[in-house]
Amino acid sequence: MHIPSPRGRRTVALAALATSVVLAVSACGGSAGGPAAAGGPVELTVGLFGTFGYQENGLFAEYEKAHPGVTIKYESTQSDDKYWPALQTRLTAGKASDVQGIEVARISDVVTNQPELWTDLRETPAGAAVGGYVDWKEKAATTKSGAVLGLGTDIGPMGICYRSDLLGQAGLPTEPAALAAQMASWPDFLALGAKYKAAAPANSAWHDSASGLYNAIISTEQKIYYDESGELVVSTNPAVKSAFDIAAGAGQAGLTARLEQFVDPGWDAGFGSGTFATIACPSWMIGYIKGKAGDAGSGKWNVTTLPGGKGGNWGGSYLGIPASSQHKKEAAELITWLTAPAQQVRIFNAVGNFPSTKDAITQVSGATDKFFSGAPIGKIYSDSSTSAPVQILGPNDGVIKKVFSDSLLSVEANGVAPADAWTKSMAAVTQQVG
Amino acid sequence: MTLSLHRSTRVADPEPGVPGRPPWRSRLYALEGRTAPYVYVAPFFLVFAAFGLFPLIYTGWISLHRYRLGSSMSWVAFDNYAWLFSNPQFWNSLWKTITIGILSTVPQLMIALGLAHMLNYKLRGRMFFRVSMIMPYATSVAAATLVFGQLFGRDAGAVNWLLGMVGIDAVDWRNGDWTAQIALSVIITWRWTGYNALIYLAGMQSISQDLYEAAALDGANKWQQFRHVTLPGLRPTILFTIVVSTIGASQVFGEPLIFGGGQPTGGALGQYQTLGLFMYQQGWTFGQLGRAATVAWVTFALILVLVLLNTWLARRRERAA
Repeated sequence: MHIPSPRGRRTVALAALATSVVLAVSACGGSAGGPAAAGGPVELTVGLFGTFGYQENGLFAEYEKAHPGVTIKYESTQSDDKYWPALQTRLTAGKASDVQGIEVARISDVVTNQPELWTDLRETPAGAAVGGYVDWKEKAATTKSGAVLGLGTDIGPMGICYRSDLLGQAGLPTEPAALAAQMASWPDFLALGAKYKAAAPANSAWHDSASGLYNAIISTEQKIYYDESGELVVSTNPAVKSAFDIAAGAGQAGLTARLEQFVDPGWDAGFGSGTFATIACPSWMIGYIKGKAGDAGSGKWNVTTLPGGKGGNWGGSYLGIPASSQHKKEAAELITWLTAPAQQVRIFNAVGNFPSTKDAITQVSGATDKFFSGAPIGKIYSDSSTSAPVQILGPNDGVIKKVFSDSLLSVEANGVAPADAWTKSMAAVTQQVG
Repeated sequence: MTLSLHRSTRVADPEPGVPGRPPWRSRLYALEGRTAPYVYVAPFFLVFAAFGLFPLIYTGWISLHRYRLGSSMSWVAFDNYAWLFSNPQFWNSLWKTITIGILSTVPQLMIALGLAHMLNYKLRGRMFFRVSMIMPYATSVAAATLVFGQLFGRDAGAVNWLLGMVGIDAVDWRNGDWTAQIALSVIITWRWTGYNALIYLAGMQSISQDLYEAAALDGANKWQQFRHVTLPGLRPTILFTIVVSTIGASQVFGEPLIFGGGQPTGGALGQYQTLGLFMYQQGWTFGQLGRAATVAWVTFALILVLVLLNTWLARRRERAA
């Protein structure tokens, strides 16, 4: 092959350009059309994670029926840790769905770091609904300048779920009130655990995991990883250290089943097999426990309040409208309906996600649950939600929480000394967040 | 190619005496002759540039920036590299990649060699065994890992049940440091042994049967035949599988991710966090794309060094032989 002359080289470049144009054009062949004309039929896309319960209980179908011309295209990702990164790339590319779910651990990130990517709901038909929520819920979704970026779905008030059959076998109280009477504080709760350990069948631990215990303790605090001014206080906040020490102590004493939540298949199996007798359960875990324990678990489980009757919150979500949406008005109408008290009550009864509007909370406060031995779950969770502190959320809460979860697992499962685990956690937080 | 070359010669020297075509036309032909070969090879180079070279270079460019998912890039020069090399988590994941790599590659290639040797003999149902070799490879990583994850369960896993039969206490495979790495290596070995065995088998079949006959006549037994005929004949094949397995081992990702329940942390101690998982965690859990790109480039450099080292060793051995 000869070396091409300068002119030849130019033609080569031209030919290459032409080929690449052909490739590029053919690659674009599949793209969809532009926005729908105003007033015409509207297709709303909804992207959620986990189980919000809308699709499962026919709420989308019902909405479509009541609003001719509106069709809802729904997609869901199993867990938030896969859902959120994917959403971030789509948000920046302007390709997000019309309605997107936001987990409470992400809402601070949304409000502080990306308000321009979301729609201010005050300017939409959803604006009127903002006032109906428990106080902290909408405050957490409001930016410094007052824009509201998400409408609350559920909240995560706390309780302790326990196997009354196993507690009975170990000679501990099985009735919620009697059990609660013996747990005035977290140390009391662990003292009960020591009693259980002495009398319990082999291969059955008192609690599922140290990190679950940690999350429950920390869920009752107002100030966790950040202070009011948004400063990171994780290393100096005595509440964090104390929760860590209690949980690590329980892990070291062998009171936990050493099963990583949502990760270890043994954790899922444990709900049925009884590898652990208690678990700190936010309301949204009710549905999860039922699913994993199956029908055979019905009547074996029960729920009581956190030690000392404390209120707390762990999890809960929002629905937001990305700024790129072409159908903001219709999307706002949809999320207003989905999060309205009537629908929140239905979702609670179906999957256990606890309502975040004051109206709906009043309506469900009398609910009991047959699976949980007829426990007054409505009262337990609404009491927990009313006495829960208004938590200060921060943009890296999720990252820090994960660091502590791993660290506590290393204490219970690998025998790392709590002091070393704490030092390592602090280093990891600085490495990743600082 | 031949066609275009032939054409270009024809057009380049128009036969004298033949009434000439208009000059613009012959120039056009000449142009076509000179450019056509490039147009023919262009699709490969364009696709390679778009999907191979560009991502590689752009990843390097991103690694010089602070780039949080969902925000814009800002130039930080080599800060990400400084951060990486001072991060104990990186060294941990590098070390785990190496140990898991050795734990899985060495037994994998040895078993594959043995299996291939056996399959090379005339055997009843040989076809069946050969096909079944490739079955694990055809299984999806996710399915295999999920099943093995259950087998290695602490409370109700089949492996612990078997160990229990011979009086060994239940092992917490997932949470232990070496146990988790062994469990992972078993999955990787299970999946890739058959694939390598088939490559060896192909290599073995290209070794002349005469050599075996001659060896047999000289009184060599099966083991001696394997050592003195099969192994030397397979040397290039073995080198190939070592290179490919080394690259594969440095990129292990799916197995530890799914073994860890979809979390890229690789266990409480990071005991099975490979470089791939570490990169994924930086990019998609923490949204630090700049740092993730840095990990990607360092991994790339590492693979390059390993491959060069391999080739150098092989050359030296060849020269020595």
